[in-house]
Amino acid sequence: MTPIAVSVVGTIASLALVLIVLELIRTRRLRERYALLWLATGIVLAVLCAWRDGLNTIARWVGIRSYPPAVLFAVGILFILAVLLHYSTVISRLSDQNVLLAQKLALLQEQLEVDGVRQQ
Amino acid sequence: MRRIAVVPAFNEQQNVGRVIEEIREFDPDLDIVVIDDGSVDATAAVARQHGAIALQLPFNLGIGGAVQTGFRYAFEHDYDLAVRVDGDGQHDPSQLDRVIAPILAGEADIAVGSRFVEDGDGYRSSRSRRIGIRLLALVVSRIVGRRVTDTTSGFQALNRKGIALFARDYPHDYPEVEATVMVSRHRLRSVEVAVSMRERSSGRSSITALRSVYYMIKVLLAIFVGLFRRNVVPEEGTS
Repeated sequence: MTPIAVSVVGTIASLALVLIVLELIRTRRLRERYALLWLATGIVLAVLCAWRDGLNTIARWVGIRSYPPAVLFAVGILFILAVLLHYSTVISRLSDQNVLLAQKLALLQEQLEVDGVRQQ
Repeated sequence: MRRIAVVPAFNEQQNVGRVIEEIREFDPDLDIVVIDDGSVDATAAVARQHGAIALQLPFNLGIGGAVQTGFRYAFEHDYDLAVRVDGDGQHDPSQLDRVIAPILAGEADIAVGSRFVEDGDGYRSSRSRRIGIRLLALVVSRIVGRRVTDTTSGFQALNRKGIALFARDYPHDYPEVEATVMVSRHRLRSVEVAVSMRERSSGRSSITALRSVYYMIKVLLAIFVGLFRRNVVPEEGTS
């Protein structure tokens, strides 16, 4: 069975994560589209911590007999991986856009100089 | 017919002037655009002194991003033919006629100068690089369905169709190998012609021994993933 302390601490920590994310959105330090995965992480972990029977049942489904809270680790790690992978795609897109911007800048700068010479 | 030479250059103030003069010797009517890939030396200034157009990238993009800038310029300014001649002097402009010939004859959309078609003369590179080049040639030949001997050559000529493709989509980092596969996936016609290349006269090559390994892995990954990418054939309107 899951120790009661694990459930209490886990629930508080997960809810704290949700609150911090919401606060970051409110103060515009985090865009909603990047916050969704974090919110999902916090909510799912909070539910799993608070709903003790559910955690035990899920643990049994996936073959964890000795220590049900191991499910929390697995789910937590899974979400962190998802967030990191998502960030990698975001970084890839940003660097593509960065390349495009640099190229356009070089082309525009040259165009500007050509136009400038023509006007003189 | 509007023709342009695309010259990528990164910290090549020593070489770029001579490259420009040699291109002009080959054909005085060829417009020359030098892409200064975020150099910290006077590459762009030297290029302008020699009468070339210089595009200055605000920071270093790497060879793929630099070359693509040149192709974008060629595309936007309606050039019909573009050749790439690297600013480090390894491509010999006096051999440009060989590379351009298949394009002018309408036999190909892209022509690549290969060092190994006829066991290219006078080119020495490190052993690891030779093995890498050999292996890549094997893989690429298999995928493309014709014999490709020099997958890493950037000495190439393109017609309007090729320019349009590369202006829109060009691989990063070490682009030539992926570009070869890309060209075949887009059903453009490509050929190899025999050329010889020169040793760098000064400065250092951007590919070191350690990077060759990264290069191989990255390029192979890009090729195999690229094979599962939806095939985009350029629309008629853009070419």
